[in-house]
Order: sequence, then structure tokens, then C-alpha cells
Amino acid sequence: MISIKGNWPWALDFFHVVGGGLWTGADLFMGFVIGPIMRRLTIPARIELTTRLMPKMLLILPTLVTMTLASGFQLARLNGMLSTSYSRHTWVVVSMVVVAVMAITALGLLQPANIAVLFELRKEQPNPAVIAGLMQRFVYAAAVIGVMQVATLLIMTRLAS
Amino acid sequence: MLSIALVAAGVIYLAAYLPKHAPLGPALALLAAAVLVLAVNFALLARQPRFAWWRFWQVAGWMLLVYLVVAGMIAYAFVHDGTSGAVLVVMTCLLATFTLNVPLISAYTVARYESRLEP
Repeated sequence: MISIKGNWPWALDFFHVVGGGLWTGADLFMGFVIGPIMRRLTIPARIELTTRLMPKMLLILPTLVTMTLASGFQLARLNGMLSTSYSRHTWVVVSMVVVAVMAITALGLLQPANIAVLFELRKEQPNPAVIAGLMQRFVYAAAVIGVMQVATLLIMTRLAS
Repeated sequence: MLSIALVAAGVIYLAAYLPKHAPLGPALALLAAAVLVLAVNFALLARQPRFAWWRFWQVAGWMLLVYLVVAGMIAYAFVHDGTSGAVLVVMTCLLATFTLNVPLISAYTVARYESRLEP
């Protein structure tokens, strides 16, 4: 917020690049490393891991996303990339669409599944079928977001070069 | 999710024209569609038999608080950038629709697996 208020290019660059890098890294790590490992764990082990991992993911990822998008929008405005006369304006609009797909997937599928799993695990007798179904939704949503993240990397490097 | 998608489309449409002012017709149509879908969602939810409303309001309340903060930050960014007039009003309405949608989805997802009676 302070960076946006002050319109400090270095600070906006820092929050956008660091936030985006961490967000992309976390998503791809979850999808390509944690996901396959979890599928090979026993059910009790999966529950143990999920119980400890999901609260942290619920806090870290929305923070990174908000930080990345807010600073990115402000940076684009400062650099004149939002202007329709900018030579790569189409790429900027495409990046907005990609972010919108990620936001819809994350807010409509990933986050609700994450929260529902946490509540189910807190019950005296969690229902394994419910948790399995929700985690499957979580993993598929993470995969979609992972693909969108790769697309974002391509677009951002295109804009920066 | 459809309502969120309509809101996203409206915001992208307006943002793609910044700093110029976009023709508001398409944005207003997207806003109206998003609000309609949200209203239908609420109506269908209200008709759910044996629904765990106690859990729904517990989750929705906290989620609404979080997304009010997020929406406030986004709105501040738009105001700070000089967005004004009708475009700002439409943007604010789109943000408000988004702010109501997200808690609804999460709270419903949690409450559907809960027993109707509060323990």
C-alpha cells in the first residue's frame, strides 16, 4: 500500500517480481512435487500433512497474490503499459485474462476446498471420503493454476524484453 | 464462479481502456449479469433443505471481513490512479459483487458437509 501511495518504482518492482516469483514457485512446487508425493502417502500420513500444510497455504498464497497483482497493476500504470497506445498492449490484456482465470479457479475451487478440508479435519470423526474429494478438487485446481502460471511467465518475460 | 467470471470480464474490459474512459454499456451489462447470477445463487441457497446455516454464517462472516479489506485496497489503487466518475462507480459495484461472491462460495462449500444442527 505504501509503495502504491508513493509510486516508488523500485518498491513496486520488488513486490511484483518477488511476489510473482514466490507465488509461481509455490504453485508449481505444490503441483509437481507435493501433489505426487501426497498420492503415494498412506491416508493417515496425508491427513497429517494436510492438517499442517493447509493453514499455512491459506495464509501465504492470498497474501502473495494480492501483493503481486496490486503492485503489478500500479507498475503497468507507471510504465505506461496500460495505455492503449503501448505497442504490446495486447499482451497486457492477455495477461489480465490469464490472471482472471487464475483468480476464478483459486477463489471458486482452490480456496473453498482448502477451507472445507480444514473444517472437516477439526471434526471428532473426519469423513475420509469428503477430504479425498476436496483434495482431488484442490489438486486439479492447482494444476490449472500451474499451467496459467507458466503462461504468465511467458507473457511477463515477453513484456520485459 | 460464473458471477466472479462476469465481474472479472467487466474489470478487464474497463482496465483495458485505462487511462481513457471505456464505453460503459458492455461493463454495465456484465455488472447486471453478475448481480443477477449472484442473486440467483442466494435464492437457490435459501431454498436448501436441512442446510447448516450456523456454519455458513460463521465462515461467511470472517471471509467477508477479509475480502472487504482486499476490495478496499483495490478500490484505493483505482482512486489513487485517478479513476473517477461513472467508471469508478461501475468498478466499485463490480468489486462489491466480487466481495459478496467469494465468501458465499467458501461458506457454502464448508457448510454443505456440516450437520444442520449446531453442536
